[in-house]
Amino acid sequence: MFKIVKREEMAQGTVIMNEIEAPRIAAKAKPGQFVILKANETGERIPLTISDSDAEKGTLTIIYMVVGKSTAIFKELQVGEGFQDVIGPLGKPTHIEKLGNVVCVGGGTGVAVLYPITRAFKEAENKVISIIGSRTKDLLILEDKMKAASDEIHVCTDDGSYGHKGFVTEVLKDVLDNNKIDLVVAIGPVPMMKFVSKITETYKVKTLVSLNPIMIDGTGMCGGCRVSVGGKTQFACVDGPEFDGHQVDYDGLMTRLRAYQEDEKKAYDEHCRLTGAK
Amino acid sequence: MAEKSAKKEKIARQPMPEQPADVRRRNFEEVPTGYTTETAVLEAQRCLQCKKPACVSGCPVGVDIPDFIKSIAENDFKGAIRKIWEKNSLPAVCGRVCPQEIQCEGLCIVGKKGEPVAIGNLERFVADMERGSGSDEIPAKASPTGKKVAVVGSGPAGLTVAGDLLLKGHDVTLFEAFHKTGGVLVYGIPEFRLPKDIVASEVAMLEKIGLKIECNMVVGSIVSIDELFEEGYDAVFIGVGAGLPRFLNIPGEDLIGIYSANEYLTRANLMKGYLFPEYDTPIIRGKNVIVFGAGNVSMDSARTAMRLGADRVRIVYRRSREEMPARAAEIHHAEEEGIEFHLLTAPVRFIGDEDGRLKQLEGLKMELGEPDESGRRRPVPIEGSEFLMDCDLAVVAVGANANPLLTQSDEEITLNKWGYIVADEETGKTTKKGVWAGGDIVTGSATVILAMGAGRKAADSIHEYLTLGW
Ligand SMILES: Cc1cc2nc3c(=O)[nH]c(=O)nc-3n(C[C@H](O)[C@H](O)[C@H](O)COP(=O)(O)OP(=O)(O)OC[C@H]3O[C@@H](n4cnc5c(N)ncnc54)[C@H](O)[C@@H]3O)c2cc1C
Ligand SMILES: Cc1cc2nc3c(=O)[nH]c(=O)nc-3n(C[C@H](O)[C@H](O)[C@H](O)COP(=O)(O)OP(=O)(O)OC[C@H]3O[C@@H](n4cnc5c(N)ncnc54)[C@H](O)[C@@H]3O)c2cc1C
Ligand code: SF4
Ligand code: SF4
Ligand code: FES
Repeated sequence: MFKIVKREEMAQGTVIMNEIEAPRIAAKAKPGQFVILKANETGERIPLTISDSDAEKGTLTIIYMVVGKSTAIFKELQVGEGFQDVIGPLGKPTHIEKLGNVVCVGGGTGVAVLYPITRAFKEAENKVISIIGSRTKDLLILEDKMKAASDEIHVCTDDGSYGHKGFVTEVLKDVLDNNKIDLVVAIGPVPMMKFVSKITETYKVKTLVSLNPIMIDGTGMCGGCRVSVGGKTQFACVDGPEFDGHQVDYDGLMTRLRAYQEDEKKAYDEHCRLTGAK
Repeated sequence: MAEKSAKKEKIARQPMPEQPADVRRRNFEEVPTGYTTETAVLEAQRCLQCKKPACVSGCPVGVDIPDFIKSIAENDFKGAIRKIWEKNSLPAVCGRVCPQEIQCEGLCIVGKKGEPVAIGNLERFVADMERGSGSDEIPAKASPTGKKVAVVGSGPAGLTVAGDLLLKGHDVTLFEAFHKTGGVLVYGIPEFRLPKDIVASEVAMLEKIGLKIECNMVVGSIVSIDELFEEGYDAVFIGVGAGLPRFLNIPGEDLIGIYSANEYLTRANLMKGYLFPEYDTPIIRGKNVIVFGAGNVSMDSARTAMRLGADRVRIVYRRSREEMPARAAEIHHAEEEGIEFHLLTAPVRFIGDEDGRLKQLEGLKMELGEPDESGRRRPVPIEGSEFLMDCDLAVVAVGANANPLLTQSDEEITLNKWGYIVADEETGKTTKKGVWAGGDIVTGSATVILAMGAGRKAADSIHEYLTLGW
C-alpha cells in the first residue's frame, strides 16, 4: 500500500491534495510527469500529475478535482490509509531550459499540474509570469505557491469575485502585447488550452500544453490515450503528455474524453447514493 | 482383422466436454469443462508409447509426452504431473492455449490415420487435478547461491526464467509494469479461455518457492537496467512482450467506439470491465461489432464482444479463410457462437455521428491476386465495390509491434530494424553483458510455449554465467 501522510481539502472540498509515501517514484519524478493510481482491488487506473515530490522524505503530492466515481473514492481515503497501486513516474518530463521570458497559464486544477513546471522554469533562471484562473474565488488553488514560483502573477475569476474579472486569455493578450515572450505553458481545461493556443499562434509564440486523455496502462501498450498532433497519432502517455499547443487536435481530444460519459455518470450517481456523498 | 482388434481395441479420441454454444456466448465461464478421470484414462490408453515419439519433437520444450501419458493410463496422476514439471512449469496454461494441432499433436503418429492423442487435454487434466488436490508439493530447490537475478516482465517467458532460476538456488525478483502478474495470460487471453485463478495459482506456487514480486515497476522509466545492476543484481532477463498496438491508419479511427485489441481486452480482462459497475473500469458494450484481423487475438475480441451482449459480431479480414492465422479450434468456437466472417474485405474509413461516436464502416471487397513474398496470394481491391456496414464498436486486432519504452532506455542493447531485441537463439544473450531477453520482445508476437522455451534456454545460460562467467 502507498500510504497517505498528509491530506488537505481545497476549493471547498472539490479539490483534494494528498501527500503519498512512494520513495522509489519520488526519487525519480521530474516536472511534467504523472503517476497512475488505483485505490483498491476493483478500482480504475487513474492518471494524476505529480504536483510536487520530495526525494528525501520519499513522498509525492497529487492534487485532484473530484469529478466522478474514482476521484470520489480517492477523496474518502484519509491519512494513514492509502492507494493499493501507484505507478510512475510516467510520461516525458518537461524540457526545462533558460529561455528568457516564460508565461505559465493555468486554469482550474490545471494549476496543480502547472506548479512544478513553473517552479522549474524559475529555478532555471527564466523570468516567469503566471496567469491563473478559476470560475470563482473559492475554487482558486495554489495561489501562494504559484506566487512564490513566479516573478509576476495575475489572477482571474470568471465571475470577478477575485482578481481580474474574465478569462485568463484576456490577461494573456495583455502580457503578450507588452513583453517579448519566449514560451507559453498552458495547462487547464481543454477549451482553455485551445483558446490560449489560438492566441499565441497569432503572436507566433511557442506554446506547450499538457493533455489529459483517458488512459489505461500509461506505458504505450493500449493506444487508448491517442491524440492527433500535427496530423500524426501520438500516445499521450509516452509521447507526451506535453505537446506543441499549435499542433493539437483539441476537438478530437474533447470528443474522446466523452467516451464513457453516460456510464461514468450512472456509476457516480450510484456511488453517491450508496455512500451518501454529495 | 479380428486378431488385431483383440490386441488393442480401438478407442476413439475422447471429446472435450464444453458449455453449449448458445449458453456460453453470454457468459465468461470457461468453454471446455475438462476431462473426467475416466475419460482421461481412456484417452491416455490411446497412446502407442512410441519408442521414438514424434510428438515430443513437436513440443518446443520437449515434454516427455509418452511417459506422462503412461502415468495417467496407470492412474498415477502425481507421477504424471511430476514428469511434466521437469520440462514445463505452466502445464495448466499450456494444456489450454498451446496450438497443439501444429505442435505435439500435429506430429502424433496416431494422427496419421485418425485423430491424434489429445495431449493438450491430458496435460490440462493432470495440472487441474494437482491444483485441485490442495497438495503443497513444491519442486526440489538447490541450496542458495547468493546470486541475484532481476526478471523484467511477468509473462510466460519471465515466469519460466524465474521458476527455473529459483530452483537452481538463485535469488529472483520479478518486476512487472502492471499491477498484476501474468502478462498476456491475464490482460490478453480472456477468462473463458484461460481462467485467471489458474495463472494466479501458478504465480503463487513460484512465490512459495521464494520468488519476490514487484508490481507497478515500469523498468526503463522508474528504474533502468544499469540501476538494477547497481542495486546488486548479477543478471537481468528481459521478457517484456510485444505490447505496442497496430492501428489501421484509416480516416475516422479516433472516433469513440474504436479500440485496439490491447485496450479492449485489457479493459475486459485485467480491469474486469465486464463486471462494471462493480469494478470501476468501463467498457463500451457494442450492439453491432466489427473486429479486424483473423488471429487468436481477434477471435478473443469477437467472442468477448458477444459475451458483453452484442446482437451481431463480424470479423472483417482482408484475405481468405486459408490465410486466417487463428487456431482452428478458436475459429470453430467463434463460429459456433454465432460470429460472422467477412473475408476478402478491407476497411476504408470509419464514419461517426454528430457526437463523434462510431456509426458505420466503409469497406471494400477484395479478390486474390498473385502470391506475395510470403507465398500467400495477395488480396487486391475490386474497384467500385465500396459498401457500408453499420457498427457501434470496432476492435482493431491486426497485430502488435515492439514497445520501445524499455528498449530505448538502454543503448547497449541492440535492436533489429523492427525494434525487437537481438538475442542469441541458443542462449538468449543480448549484446549487453549480463542481460538476456526472450519471448515476444525477441521474436515478435508468437506463442506461450515458445516464450517459455526461450525462457528455459535463457535460464540455463544465466545459470551457467552465474556459476562460470559470461
Ligand atoms: C496525464 C494526466 C494527468 C492528469 N492530472 C490531473 C491532475 O493533476 N489533477 C486532476 O484533477 N486531474 C488530472 N487528470 C484528469 C484525471 O485523470 C481525471 O479527472 C480522472 O480520471 C477522472 O476520474 P473519475 O472516475 O473520478 O471521473 P469519471 O467518472 O471518469 O469522469 C467524470 C468526468 O470527467 C471526465 N474525464 C474522465 N476522464 C478524464 C480525464 N482523463 N481527463 C479529464 N477529464 C476526464 C469525463 O468526461 C467526465 O465528464 C489527469 C489526466 C491525465 C491523462
Ligand atoms: C489476445 C491474445 C491471445 C493469445 N492467444 C494465444 C494462444 O491461444 N496460444 C498461444 O500460445 N499464444 C497466444 N497468444 C500469444 C502469447 O500470449 C504470447 O506470445 C506470450 O504471452 C508472450 O509471452 P512473453 O512472456 O514474451 O510476453 P507477455 O505475455 O506479453 O508479457 C510481458 C509482460 O511484461 C510486462 N512489461 C512490459 N514492459 C515492461 C517494463 N518496461 N517493465 C516491466 N514490465 C514490463 C507487461 O506488462 C507484461 O506483463 C495470445 C496473445 C494475445 C494478445
Ligand atoms: S507444452 Fe504445449 S506443445 Fe508441449 S506437450 Fe504440452 S501442449 Fe503440447
Ligand atoms: S506420437 Fe502419439 S502415440 Fe506416439 S508417444 Fe506420442 S502421443 Fe503417444
Ligand atoms: S494509456 Fe495506454 S497507450 Fe497510453
